[in-house]
Amino acid sequence: MNAQHQPTGSAYFITQETEHSEARTLSVLVDNEPGVLARVIGLFSGRGYNIDSLTVSETEHERHLSRITIVTRGTPHILMQIKHQLERIVPVHRVVDLSVVAKERGHDRPLERELALVKVSGKGDARVEALRLADAFRAQVIDANTEHFTFEITGRVSKIEQFIAIMKPLGLVEVCRTGVAAMNRGPEGM
Amino acid sequence: MTGQALERQSHEAAINQMTGAEMVVQALKDNGVEHVFGYPGGAVLPIYDELFQQEDVQHILVRHEQGAGHAAEGYARSTGKAGVMLVTSGPGATNAVTPLQDALMDSVPLVCITGQVPTSLIGSDAFQECDTVGITRPCTKHNWLVRDVNELARVLHEAFHVAQTGRPGPVVVDIPKDVQFAKGAYTSPQMVPRTSYHPRVQGDQEQIKRAIQLMAGAKKPIIYSGGGVINAGPEASHLLRELVELTGFPITSTLMGLGAYPASGKNWLGMLGMHGTFEANMAMHDCDVMLCIGARFDDRITGRLDAFSPNSRKIHIDIDPSSINKNVPVEVPILGDCGRVLEDLVRLWRASANADKAGLQPWWAQIEKWRARDSLAYKPSDDVIMPQYAVQRLYELTKEHDVYITTEVGQHQMWAAQHFGFEAPNRWMTSGGLGTMGYGLPAALGVQIAHPDALVIDIAGDASVLMTMQEMSAAVQHRAPIKIFILNNQYMGMVRQWQQLLHGNRLSHSYTEALPDFVKLAEAYGGHGIRCEKPADLDDAIREMIEVDLPVIFDCRVANLANCFPMIPSGKAHNEMLLPDEATDEAVANAIDAKGRSLV
Repeated sequence: MNAQHQPTGSAYFITQETEHSEARTLSVLVDNEPGVLARVIGLFSGRGYNIDSLTVSETEHERHLSRITIVTRGTPHILMQIKHQLERIVPVHRVVDLSVVAKERGHDRPLERELALVKVSGKGDARVEALRLADAFRAQVIDANTEHFTFEITGRVSKIEQFIAIMKPLGLVEVCRTGVAAMNRGPEGM
Repeated sequence: MTGQALERQSHEAAINQMTGAEMVVQALKDNGVEHVFGYPGGAVLPIYDELFQQEDVQHILVRHEQGAGHAAEGYARSTGKAGVMLVTSGPGATNAVTPLQDALMDSVPLVCITGQVPTSLIGSDAFQECDTVGITRPCTKHNWLVRDVNELARVLHEAFHVAQTGRPGPVVVDIPKDVQFAKGAYTSPQMVPRTSYHPRVQGDQEQIKRAIQLMAGAKKPIIYSGGGVINAGPEASHLLRELVELTGFPITSTLMGLGAYPASGKNWLGMLGMHGTFEANMAMHDCDVMLCIGARFDDRITGRLDAFSPNSRKIHIDIDPSSINKNVPVEVPILGDCGRVLEDLVRLWRASANADKAGLQPWWAQIEKWRARDSLAYKPSDDVIMPQYAVQRLYELTKEHDVYITTEVGQHQMWAAQHFGFEAPNRWMTSGGLGTMGYGLPAALGVQIAHPDALVIDIAGDASVLMTMQEMSAAVQHRAPIKIFILNNQYMGMVRQWQQLLHGNRLSHSYTEALPDFVKLAEAYGGHGIRCEKPADLDDAIREMIEVDLPVIFDCRVANLANCFPMIPSGKAHNEMLLPDEATDEAVANAIDAKGRSLV
C-alpha cells in the first residue's frame, strides 16, 4: 500500500515509554534448592529489569523455603511483567508486591529495614563527632580501638544513606550493607 | 507396623533398588517413552549400556546433538507427546542449546537428559565438563543437576510433568556419571507434585462471560489463533472449528497455529503477520473485537505496535500469565488452557448468544474486497519454476496422502506457510520463535520415526538445509524415507530480500557460490537424488519423490531472485503492506525508512 510514506516507529518495542518509572518491593517465596537464586537473578539480567537491592535467606527450615526480597524499578507495565515472569519459575511459590499490598491496606509503603556496618577511623575531634552522631542515629559500636569505630546501624534505606554521608568527612573507611528486608504492617502474613 | 508389613516394605525397597542408569531407562518406560534421540559419549555410557540391554525404548542415533534435539521436537509436535533426547556432557550438552531454546520459544515439550562428569570432578575443569545447568538455565522451563541417586527417579518424573503441563517447554536433567553407576531406590511416577508448580487450566467464568458479551455485540470480529490451540490437543482444534461455525466469525492464525482451523474452511483468511495475507492483516487492523486464542502478539504478528489494531476490544486466552498484556494491552484476559476455555466459550455461546450472522454481512463483504486483492499472487513462468508454484504443486500432489510438513527458516518457510493448505493440527512443524535454520531436516526425521507410514516432507532452502545435512545419514540408517524438498535459489533468499529492502541491494555474503551437487550428495548418503529445473517436469519429479521408498533430496531449481510477498516492512502497520504487484524495484528499495533499518 502506502509503504513509502511517513517515518514510523518500530516492529519492535522502541516506542517511547510514556509511563513513569516507580520503585517496588517484592517478596518472593521460593524452594531453597541449588540454583534458585541464579534463576531469579538471571531473569532480571536476561530481560533487562533493574535490581536496586536483593536479600535472601531460608526463612522456613522445615519446608526449605527461602524468602527473597527484591527492590526493583520500572513502569507499571514492566513491573507486572516482572511479577508474572517470576511466577513462571518452577520453584517459585508466590510473588507478592509488598508496595501494592501496603497501598491496599491504607499504608504509604511496607516496613523496610536495612542493616549496615560502617567503619570510621580518625582521631581527636572527628572521632568524638563520629561517636556523637552515631549516638544520634542510634547506631551501635560493635568494634573499636583508639583509632576507629565500627558501627552497626539499622533502619530505613534513607537513614542509612544519610548516616554514611555524614560519616564520609569523619574518616569513613568502608561500608557493608545487607539490602532491604521487608514485610507489611498489620496482623496478616504475605 | 507389623513385622510382616516391615518385611514387605523392605522387600519392595529391595526390588526397587537399581543403578541410576537403570532408573533412567525405567523412568522413560514409566513415562510412556518409546523413542529417544541421542548421541553417546563418555559421560552417558552407563545409560547407553542399559539401553543396549532392553527393547522397549528404541534409540535413534543422530549425527549431531542439535539434530537429536530438533528430531525430538518434530516427534513431540507431531504426536503431542514429549520428545526425548539423550546426550553426553560438555559439547554434547552445548550442542543441545539451540534446540532447547527453539523448544522454549515454540512451547515444545522436550526432555533432554545429559551426562555430566562425576560429582567429585564437578568444578575441576574436567575433560568434557561444562556447567550444563548454568548454560541451559535461561533456555529451559526448568533444569536439574542430580547429585544423589535416590533423588533421580523423582526428578525424572517431575521433568516429564513440567515439560508436558501448563505451557509446555524443554527441561534438562543433568546426571553425573557416578550417579548413573550408584545404586538407590526407584520410585514410580505416582509422586506428590511439588507445591510451587500448579499451572492454571480452567478459565475464570466471569471473564469468559464478558468475552461472550463482547463477541455477541461485535460487528467486525476476528479470531486470531496460535500455537497454543495446537498444544492444547486435537480436541481444542475441534472446539475452535465449532466456535467459528457457531459464530460465523472470520479466522486467521499465526505461523505456529496453522492447521487448527482448516485452510479449506470458508471462514479462513490465511495466515497473518509480516508475510500474512492482505485480508488477514487488514481485518486485524480494522476489526472491532479481536479474540486471540493461544497466541502471544509477537512482533512478527503485530508490526508497528502503536498502530496495531487501534479500534478493537481485545480478548486474550493464554495459559501463560506473562504472555497476557506483555506487548498489547487487552480488555478481557482469560488465563487458562485453550481447550478448556474454548469448551466454555462454545457452551456459553450456545446457551446465551444468538449468532447475528446477518449482522456480519457488511464485514464479510469488506473482507471479500480485500481477498479479491489476491495478495499471494505471483507472476507464473513457463521457463523457470517459481517457488510459490513448486509449493502449490507439492500440495496438490500430496494432499491425498497422510502428509506431514516441516520447514527450515527463510523464504521457503513463508511460501510453504502461504501456499500449502493445512487441514489438521500437528501436521506442520516449523521453527517460529527462534527461527532456527537447520530445523527442518532433523525434525522430519523425528516425525517419520513417530509416523513410519506417513509422507514426511521437509520444505527446505538450499542454505538452511546444509546446516544439519548430516542427519541424512541418520535417516538412511533408520530407514526413515523423509523427503527433502529444496527450493534451491542459490541465495539465502530472505537475507537477500532484506538486503534489497534495507541495504541498497548490496548482497553481502548471501550468495552461496559453491553449493554441493544435491543429487550426488543424496546418493553419497545412500538416499535418492532428484533434480528438477523446468516447470513442465515438476509434477512427474514430485511423483517420483513420493514413490521412492528412501530418503530423497529433491533439488528444485527455482527462480533465483523471487521475493516473498506480501510483506509488512519493519516499522510499518498492518494496513501498510507491500503487495506483490506493487513491489517494484523502487518500492522495495524505499519500503523501509532509516528507523526501520535498525530493526530485524
